[in-house]
Amino acid sequence: MKFLYAAYAVTWVIHITYLTLLSRRYRRLRDEMQDLRKK
Amino acid sequence: MRRIFVILALLTFGLLSYALYEGMVAAPTEQTMGEVQRIFYYHVPSAITAFTLFLINFAVSIIYLARRNQKADALAVSTAEVGVVFCTVVLVTGPLWARPVWGIWWTWDARLTSTLLLWLIYISYLILRRYSTSGQTPVIAAVLAVFGFLDVPFVYLANRLFRTQHPQPVYFGGPGSGADPRMTYALLMNMAAFFCFAALVVWLRFRLERARQDFEETQALESLLQPDARSPR
Amino acid sequence: MSLGEITRVSLAKDLRLEWRSKDAINSMLFFALLVVVIFSFSFDPTAEESRHIAGGIVWVAFLFAAVVALNQTWARELRNQVLDAYRVSPAPANALFISKAVGNFIFVAVLEALMAPLFMVFYNLRSIGPAYQLVVVGALATWALVANGTFFAAMSIRTRSREVMLPLILFPISIPALLAMVSATTAILTGEGAYRFWVVLLVVYDVVFTTVCLLLFETVLHAE
Repeated sequence: MKFLYAAYAVTWVIHITYLTLLSRRYRRLRDEMQDLRKK
Repeated sequence: MRRIFVILALLTFGLLSYALYEGMVAAPTEQTMGEVQRIFYYHVPSAITAFTLFLINFAVSIIYLARRNQKADALAVSTAEVGVVFCTVVLVTGPLWARPVWGIWWTWDARLTSTLLLWLIYISYLILRRYSTSGQTPVIAAVLAVFGFLDVPFVYLANRLFRTQHPQPVYFGGPGSGADPRMTYALLMNMAAFFCFAALVVWLRFRLERARQDFEETQALESLLQPDARSPR
Repeated sequence: MSLGEITRVSLAKDLRLEWRSKDAINSMLFFALLVVVIFSFSFDPTAEESRHIAGGIVWVAFLFAAVVALNQTWARELRNQVLDAYRVSPAPANALFISKAVGNFIFVAVLEALMAPLFMVFYNLRSIGPAYQLVVVGALATWALVANGTFFAAMSIRTRSREVMLPLILFPISIPALLAMVSATTAILTGEGAYRFWVVLLVVYDVVFTTVCLLLFETVLHAE
């Protein structure tokens, strides 16, 4: 059933998207911290 | 701390894989709905997780208002964000299940409408946090969280009566009625798996928020201590 | 000065200012009228149908008009640093909240009183149920919108796009009340439906949320 696979796939797409957003924010924060430390 | 995190991560991964197997393969096929019913094993745990996260958000917001504890605020924003993520999963998997089974993508019955409202309320919470220019954003956000959560029973009650007045297509009473024990087992496994997964993600978001709080404090301190060439007249 | 005295003085000031300028009332009236006309192009109901949908249209129009009033609730205070003065004074914060909320209630109630005959005309309405019930529902519903609205307006003072933020955080939370007021109104107009349940829901909603507003207003006032 296509809907079944779609549902499971979408679930993980949503979760992975969020985790990617988090990791991007982590990286940005780390960069800003390094900038501050250089000053 | 690091070690616990790794252990939890491994446990989560293991549980998720096992639960996926249970839901997709091991659990028996439902009689009336067929294979599509298996979406249930992702849909319901996500809903329960989302609601639990919002409940934690409510409790932690009250704690923040009482104590002004920074950790409480970090936990508040973390649970709200992850709660919205899980709620999104619920709102997407729901229609994907409803369409093949009942022929409709959506219906405005009490449960669906309440979930949609819950999602909207917490999105408005997140938008408030982002757009607020006040130095006291956490306080205002916490107040909104209290309002938002108190609203939930009203939403459910109101929709319950409203929709029962108008004849609706029969919504699922849950295939729990006389359920095969293997189904219940698969459901419980998935619930445990998603709870652990939610805990993991909230932890990550919490650490990010704490780091951001520390960073802003350090920034503020720096600008106060450094003799600045651009100081105001 | 006591809570009652401060509330009365503050309210009198707001009403006097509004009476002189009629800012809020005029914009609300015009806005509500526009909404009614625009809706008239979306539906073209017969007299029978209109009785079923009029409840919804009426309250959507009043909701949008109320937001116009709510958005300017704190504008004057903000411009003149009144909030800072209030924070420093020993006056109870709730006096400010109550006076603002009651002031808004009066503005919106006046609007509703002016618009009601217009609605009767535009949609050829004649209520089947007893008409006094409409007043009860109107009062409860208006208070629900205005109490939360005044409070949320105070919360959204220091946000970017303040005027958009208010409806954004107000609407989701007001939806149960909105549902109740629309259903109650429809029940009265059509003579069918559980009028009693919706009124009880509105009463409970009003009590719960007014209490929360009163408990938390001081926190919000000091958080700006």
